[in-house]
Formats: sequence, C-alpha cells, structure tokens
Amino acid sequence: MQNQPQIAGSSLKTPVAGNKTFFQLLIRQRALLLMSVPLLIWLFIFRYYPLWGWSMAFMNYRPGHKLTDQHFVGFDQFKFMFTDDNFLQVLRNTLAMSFISLVLGTCGAIALAILLNELRKVAFKRVVQTISYLPHFISWVVAANIISDALSPDGGIINRIFVWLGLIKEPVMWLGVGHDFWTIFALSDLWKSIGWNTIVYLAAITTIDPSLYEAAEIDGAGRFKRIWHVTLPGMRSIIILLGILSIGNLMQNGFEAQWLLGNGMNIDYSQNLDVFVLKYGIQLGNFSLATAAGMFKTVVSFILLFSANSLARRFGQERIF
Amino acid sequence: MAANQSAAAKRKVYSRYSSPADRIFDTLNVIALCFLMFVTLYPFINMLAVSLNDAGDSIRGNIYFWPRIFTWDNYRFVFKQSEIFHATLISVARAVVGSLVPVFCTAMVAYTISRPEFVLRKFVTIAFVLTMYIDPGLIPSYLLIRDLHLIGTFWVYIVPGLVYAFNLILIRSFIEGLPEGILESARIDGAGEFKTFTKIVLPLCVPALATVGLFNAVYQWNDWIAVFLYNSSHQELSTLQFELMKMLANTNSSSSSGSLASSAAAGSAAAANNLTPTALRATMTIVASVPIICVYPFLQKYFVKGMTLGGVKG
Repeated sequence: MQNQPQIAGSSLKTPVAGNKTFFQLLIRQRALLLMSVPLLIWLFIFRYYPLWGWSMAFMNYRPGHKLTDQHFVGFDQFKFMFTDDNFLQVLRNTLAMSFISLVLGTCGAIALAILLNELRKVAFKRVVQTISYLPHFISWVVAANIISDALSPDGGIINRIFVWLGLIKEPVMWLGVGHDFWTIFALSDLWKSIGWNTIVYLAAITTIDPSLYEAAEIDGAGRFKRIWHVTLPGMRSIIILLGILSIGNLMQNGFEAQWLLGNGMNIDYSQNLDVFVLKYGIQLGNFSLATAAGMFKTVVSFILLFSANSLARRFGQERIF
Repeated sequence: MAANQSAAAKRKVYSRYSSPADRIFDTLNVIALCFLMFVTLYPFINMLAVSLNDAGDSIRGNIYFWPRIFTWDNYRFVFKQSEIFHATLISVARAVVGSLVPVFCTAMVAYTISRPEFVLRKFVTIAFVLTMYIDPGLIPSYLLIRDLHLIGTFWVYIVPGLVYAFNLILIRSFIEGLPEGILESARIDGAGEFKTFTKIVLPLCVPALATVGLFNAVYQWNDWIAVFLYNSSHQELSTLQFELMKMLANTNSSSSSGSLASSAAAGSAAAANNLTPTALRATMTIVASVPIICVYPFLQKYFVKGMTLGGVKG
C-alpha cells in the first residue's frame, strides 16, 4: 500500500496535480473508484482470500473444525505425496499428456495455418476456417460422447475402419486399453483445438512482408522453399511466445476429458493431477492432501512459466512480461 | 487492409508462374482440407442422423449420413421429460445472465484501467493479471463457496466468474485503441465517467464485447463442473450438459460393471418408451450443440479479431 502515491504520481500528466494529495485525488476520481473498487473487492474475496486455504496443506484438516484449531503437520502431506506410487503415476500421466498434446497440437496448428495460407480461393478458405473452429465451441461432454461412440467396440466408426483396413481382426474396446489413453487424449485434443489455434498463427502470417515472397520467387524458390524460408521464420516469434505460455501449462491439461473418458480400466493412464485433486478432495474428503496437490501444481506452473520467460529473455526473444 | 494487400500481391506472384508442381500442391492441399472438414463434421452429421432415426431401428447400426426410418419421436420424447426441459431453461438462463453481467462488469473495470489518470490503475491491473498465474485451487475455492452459502443457488454459476483477466485485457486493449478525441469531447460536454462509459465507450466497444460475451456464453452453456461440484443434489438447478454427462456416465459404467439402474431419471423413462440409450444420447448431443453451431459463425469476425488482439498484447 506504501507505494501507491508513487504509482499515482507516475501516471499523472498535468503538473498541477502534483500539488494535490493522494486523498484529494481519490475524491476527485470517486466515479472511477466506484466503478472498479467493488469488483476489486470481489477479486480479493474470490481469487486471493482462498489462498489462505493453502495452509490446509500443512495440516491434518478435519472438517467441522476452524482452520485455527487444526493439527499442524508441516510437510507430511508433501512427503506422503512423493512417496505414494499413485501420486507419482498421476504426475507422470499429467506431464506425458501435456507434452504429447503440446507437440502434436502445435505442429498440427502450424501445418494447418500454412495450408490455409496457401489456398488461392478466399471463399473456400473461409468455409474451412469456420468449420475448423466448431469443435472448440463444443463442450467436452459432447466431445466425449462423440469420442466414446467412435471408439465403441460395437459398431464404432474407428473399429469399422481399422477392421476394413485389416489393421485389427476384431473390434477393440479402445477406452479399456490403458496405454492407448494418451494417444486417444492427444488426438481428441487435436481434433478439438486445431482450428482454434490457427487464429494466432494466421494473424502472424499476415504480418509477413509480401516483398519477401517476391524476392524468394525471383531467387527461384519453389512453394516448399518459400514456406520453409519465409513463412516459418515469419511465425518464429509467435511460436516461441506460445511455447512459453504452454510450458506454464504443462502441469494442467484440463480435467474434463480425463474425467469423462476415464474408467476403471484406463485409470492408470488417464488419471491426472486435476482428477486426483477432485477424487481425494471432494469425493473422499481428504482436503489436506488434495490442497497440497493443487498447491504443488500452481507453484510448479508458476516456476515453469517464469523460467521459460527468463530463458526467452536471455535468447533475446519476445516474452510475456 | 494490409492482409488483403499481401494476399493479393502473393496471388499475383503465384499465378504468374503456376507450374505443374504448384498445381499438384494446390490439389493435395484442397484434398487435405476437405478431409479435415469431413473429420470435423462427420460426428455431428452422424449424431443428427441417429437422433432422427427410429430408436429401435438404430440398434441394427450402419447409420452414417442419413436416417433410415425418419422420425421426430426422439426429440418429442426428450422435451416431454420435465427434467430435461427444466435443465434446458437453466442452461439458457445461465448463458444469458452469465454473459451479460460479466461482460458489463469486465468492461467497467477495463474502462477504469484504460484511464491514464486513474490513481489505482496499475494496482488494479496487476491485481487482476496476477490471477492468471496464481490459482488457489479446487479445494480452497470449494470451501469459500460453501462458506458463502452459494451452494444450492443459481448464483454459484455467475458470481465466481464475474471478471477474467484475459477478457479484461482484451477489452482494455480495445478501449485504448479508440480515438482519444471522442472521450475528450464527451468530457468537455460535461459527461461524468459513468455516463462516458455507458453512452460512448460501450457502444464503440461492441466488437470486443461480442467476443467476451460469446466466450462467457459458451462457457456457461458448456459447463457441467460447477453443477457437479455445487449443485449435484439440486435437480432444479441441473443443466443440459450435466444431464448429458449423467447419461454418458451411465452408458460407460453399464458397459463395464453392468449397473444401469443408477441415477438419470430420463434413462428409466426412456426404457419404458422403447427409447435406447444410444438414440437418447444422440438426441441430447444435438440439442446441446445446436445453439452453439447456430451462433458462433456470425461472431467469427469479432472473435478472430479479439483473439489476435488478446494473443498479441495479453
């Protein structure tokens, strides 16, 4: 709170205002304050006050007692987590699904953006774009319905195609095969997000100077050479920027797909951190362990994001902060 | 403008030297993109076909693009279920209230942090932006909502998501891009801050507001987690997506453990009406996705602009 007058002073333009005290300014800007302070209070109640709940991670929380009456256990919850095979498996699943999805999703979106950019007919391009955005807007519940239908052993389209191609002899219950879950998740996520993710890449492509293409053309560069030497380098900074952002998200890959498509047979591969938190916290009532796991997720995400950001700064790339 | 020019310039370059290799590339490109469109659309076409086909006949399978025995019965049945009809109303209410109220709140804060003279400008901006990176987590948030007695109310859907930092930055960037003179002239005319905001800023920000409104409406329409966490024992506050989720969970568990008889009331009523779970799920899937399919294409130019703005500056 101490540095607020400085913030005020630095953003002031007129020299007259320098004579006014901070409180006089507050009174003069009461309309702006009335418009923002109620929502600022809302923000502190809903986004900052719950951080106090992190103290549960260091306690053996018993529901029905006040937070101040709880038994303090230090780092026991964390110690338990990192010696628990179940948690380590959950951590492995989370990182594996994020990583596969990140690589596949980024490459897919870049490839699609380039293909769209190479189209000559604007009308066709617009139709493809509109349709490719559709899965992004559809809920995971609907998507999970579609996926479990397509993968179903009785008459699912995937089984039909695979049998027809001779890849498998008889229908497989794909969602029951644990080690296939990562692939199923990555492909589902790709289907859902590929179109949406092209928006930013296509915006980056439009900023490329058209004279670069002409120069490449004169130098005798063909279609692929132009993509490789002009389009891709032009997308470089946005690819790095989005890469940094997704490194911050490595610890979370949503929870809906894993929850909706997960079942007893694929749980060893489908359960991720968010599902773990929900199961232990809400369903089993072990608030302390679930909070510890959630806190671990947030802190690691935060560290990952800042490390990626400072790495990018060191290499002279664009960054977020 | 720049995009159009560059596209036109590139087309000129390409068409001058259209080699055979170029034409092969173009053809393969069109084929690849047609394949993508097919993979995207086929599931919906298939669901639509199954939902319009006689439920008993659908068991025989082999329905791909077109219903074999056309009927509206599945839809008639679904909307006759009072649970599903009520859940649809709640979903619509969530989408309407849950987009209008947050958009207004977000725009209001965005306006204040776009005023360079505002004393708390930096403080408010940082306070909101930090929440993009610091998440208290599920359990602390759950306990807060419980202590505020929001469980079992409609407001649990609206109040926790009033302002999202990403949307805030998106609208702020848009306001900062408005010509400064317009706001100045309003102030000279004696309009107060709130009047300037409602009468001048809001009408000028329609593209940004439409984008954020769409994001919020889609979130509200698609969400089932809030129902699951807070209102799963309050049937009167259930939503369409949550009902569909229960059906999916039923089919999944029945195929593995054989317990079909659990929750979803619609399921047992459906069995009495010779409606198969497959037909019911297909119908619900279409009902749950059609509103979105009808709305998003019309807002495309807004959200594409919004994503580009938010993505570059946020």
